[in-house]
Amino acid sequence: MAAAHAAAHSASHSASPTAHEGQQHPVRVYLVVWGWLFVLSLFSYLVDYFHLQGVLRWGLILLFMGLKAALIVAVFMHMVWERLALALAILLPPVAVLVFAALMAIESEHTLWMRQTFLGVGD
Amino acid sequence: MNTALLHTQAARPPGWRGVVADWSSDQRAFKGASWGKTMMWIFLLSDTFIFGCFLLAYMTVRASTTVAWPNPSEVFALEIAGTNFPLLLIAIMTFVLISSSGTMAMAVNYAYRRDRVKTTALILLTALFGAAFVGMQAFEWSKLIHEGVRPWENPWGAAQFGATFFTITGFHGTHVTIGVIMLLIVARKVWRGDLDQERPGGLTGRRGRYEMVEIAGLYWHFVDLVWVFIFALFYLW
Repeated sequence: MAAAHAAAHSASHSASPTAHEGQQHPVRVYLVVWGWLFVLSLFSYLVDYFHLQGVLRWGLILLFMGLKAALIVAVFMHMVWERLALALAILLPPVAVLVFAALMAIESEHTLWMRQTFLGVGD
Repeated sequence: MNTALLHTQAARPPGWRGVVADWSSDQRAFKGASWGKTMMWIFLLSDTFIFGCFLLAYMTVRASTTVAWPNPSEVFALEIAGTNFPLLLIAIMTFVLISSSGTMAMAVNYAYRRDRVKTTALILLTALFGAAFVGMQAFEWSKLIHEGVRPWENPWGAAQFGATFFTITGFHGTHVTIGVIMLLIVARKVWRGDLDQERPGGLTGRRGRYEMVEIAGLYWHFVDLVWVFIFALFYLW
């Protein structure tokens, strides 16, 4: 795979007189990823269709979501072929969003508890 | 050729040694990526924060309300010939957007092969899918508004449902719309041969180059990427 890519890269560079910093990869890679995105989307739809509940439901939803996101970023957006310096600069900062989400999850649990305890609503 | 060789990645150390070498090289840090591509990535990162904050605000109001959340599976069901299909329209929208991502990836591929006709056709097809997506979203919005959903109330449960729904899908739909306009502009450039002739663009005066298709593609794939999260966290959850 790597060798094939290297060959494709050098071929593209020698073929075009004005070689840009382009990404060129075999069409097959895109088609395979495309197919997987359809399959994963179908799976996540089926999670709802079959009314799966509880841990199984959100576990599968998050799994399919993560796989789809990873495939899009890695292959369609070419991140897997970029230098690690760029990948880290772009992919690490969103971790802060996850931390923020974790904080707000704790916060909203607390808010819910306060509302149930002191406002006399819900159960 | 020399400049091209400078940008190939073979000569540079890979992995973590490469990260250190790139950042300490006393040149630009992001080797192999033009500034145009790097800036698009940084813009997308900032957009990630915006959508990330919308989604976690949605999580916060949904998790902290004592009122039951409307069941998306029923709210977004579509009745066809007397049968209710849960989330059918959303599923179709998801497949349309993934199709558009695929055609965009192929467009980028053919752009670097200097295939003007196929590139133009694939970009236009991508734009068509995007327009279809926005159309279906407009249908969904009008259906929900007709049923009485407002940012401050809805007939089924927690009032925050409408506010988060209109904000998140509205912001995403705006991104898709802007993407469609951008794709049409790029398609025209490709078709006229602006990228082959390196003709300066009307807005920035920068020379046309085929990397523009890849950068436009980055934005388009990001719009699809955001939908992956909205689909999972808003519609399926």
